Amino acid sequence: MQFWIIQGLNSLSLGGLLFLLSSGFSLIFGLMRLANLTHGAFFMLGTYFAASAMRSYEGLDIWVTAIGAGVMVAAIGGLFERLVLSRLRANPLGQVLVTLGMSFIISDACLVLWGGDSIPVPTPQNLQAPTRFFGFVFPTYRLVLVGCAVAAAIVLYFLLERTRLGAMIRAGVDDSQMARAVGIPVSNLSTIVFCLGAGIAGAGGVLGGPILSAYPGLDADMLPLALIVVILGGIGSLLGAFVGSFIIGFIYTFGTALFPELAYIILFLPMIFVIAFRPQGLFGRVGA
Amino acid sequence: MKWFAIAVIAASLLLPPFLAGDFYINLASQILIAAIFALSLNLLVGFGGMTSLGHASYLGVAAYISALLTSRYGLGHGSAAVVSIAGTVAMAAIFGVIALRATGLGFLMITLALSQVLWGLAYRMSNVTNGDNGIAGLTRPAPFGISINSPASFYWFVLIVAAFAFLMMAIFVSSAFGSSLKGVRDQPRRMAALGFNPWLIRWITFIYAGFWGGVSGLLYVYYHKYIHPTSLSTTSSAEALLGVIAGGSGTMGGPVVGAAVVLLIKNYASAYVERWNMLLGLVFLFIVLVMPTGIVPGVSRLTAAIRRAPP
Repeated sequence: MQFWIIQGLNSLSLGGLLFLLSSGFSLIFGLMRLANLTHGAFFMLGTYFAASAMRSYEGLDIWVTAIGAGVMVAAIGGLFERLVLSRLRANPLGQVLVTLGMSFIISDACLVLWGGDSIPVPTPQNLQAPTRFFGFVFPTYRLVLVGCAVAAAIVLYFLLERTRLGAMIRAGVDDSQMARAVGIPVSNLSTIVFCLGAGIAGAGGVLGGPILSAYPGLDADMLPLALIVVILGGIGSLLGAFVGSFIIGFIYTFGTALFPELAYIILFLPMIFVIAFRPQGLFGRVGA
Repeated sequence: MKWFAIAVIAASLLLPPFLAGDFYINLASQILIAAIFALSLNLLVGFGGMTSLGHASYLGVAAYISALLTSRYGLGHGSAAVVSIAGTVAMAAIFGVIALRATGLGFLMITLALSQVLWGLAYRMSNVTNGDNGIAGLTRPAPFGISINSPASFYWFVLIVAAFAFLMMAIFVSSAFGSSLKGVRDQPRRMAALGFNPWLIRWITFIYAGFWGGVSGLLYVYYHKYIHPTSLSTTSSAEALLGVIAGGSGTMGGPVVGAAVVLLIKNYASAYVERWNMLLGLVFLFIVLVMPTGIVPGVSRLTAAIRRAPP
């Protein structure tokens, strides 16, 4: 019983992390029709940032670190979007290729800066004690992480559905040309959304640090999971990213625990199922 | 002019074994292998309009099957080659059914996800694939009893296969089927209205590209006598895609030139810097921003302009 509960919680926390990663990916794809292959590298940058910051300043708060890393990664993403991606608006293939090139550059730069060994990120001290609940023991940090993802989902939902900015973004997602025609600055919105997505990924990288720790190849491990989440949930849909993240979180965690060698094959199954019966994804409205 | 170009190409293909040292002969063999791989990807990217970021799957899987069959199960090279190509083609048929549910960026993301899954399997299933250690101690086949262990003899072997592959792919794209493929790339709905089946045309091309990807994988494993999960990685797919784009997608010469350029950069750069991935990323940015149509179309535009200009 303890096994199932702990693995269930692990699934939830992985799902939460995947949501922080894939929500930004999905938003960027929805607005800009851009498969941002740098997204895994943004996540990894956040983790490495946390590893450095929290080890050099003992007792640095993880929330402060997450915000700091989020801002920093958002700035890097914004620069990249303005300087490179905005020149390639009419060339979707070129955009994908430069995001791929950028992911190689970032992951190699991380290897230079931080070396090839994995660097653990400390769990915050006030969250180290396990939580006891109905006689079961839970790692507190993972519970908090799930809470974070849910909070992020709620904030994003209100941002998109209840604010003027969100209304403009939704208009851009639905019909970018018409949105431009009525005076919505879609090009600036793209930069904002790209920064936002990169920032969430960077902050997610910090929060995932205590579980995953920073190691070279973290980006290559996370990116396919994010891809599968958005293919499953539907590209451009926040709800799809949320549901998809938790489905993949469960499948991946239980797959790894029960059939360690086949976990990757098990990941195939939901993807094939969705592609076969609902190519636009569970909650997708736009075809890729 | 045309004959001069043909003579130069023939000379550069036929002379290396007589003039160059072993290092350069081996480099030439590697370039030919990379060229077959890039040409097979170009069938999808250039002629089919399907940008795949998972083409390393076919190279890697064919290489792994051949390596496993010959080293672990003691099969002969001939039957191992047949089984590995058949396996790769079957995999391409299945992957094609999955990936071709989408087009454009969806296709790209699915191919990338599928190839990452295979890469993960090669790493994790260490009792089969030997994981991060790779499979070493492989041998080269001896076609018709001729040993191809020396650099020069292996070069001739690869050159014959490459010439055949080039010819077969050139025939494929210039055939009636190739024309319908280009039609589906440019105007899928019109082609469907004319009675063609765009899905089937794409699927057949996908399998054909997987077949030649598998052939290049066999040559790859024969050359290195070693196989490691990196040959399945995104970097490996991306190098080939860079070769196609850099050389000029949708031409027959472009991918060959592009693959050669990428391989030369990789070889010379690795002598001076260890950071191949970073360099690869920078080359990507440079090519896409500065030379979006590729080297071969760029050069042929240039020569056409020179010829048109009054002397």
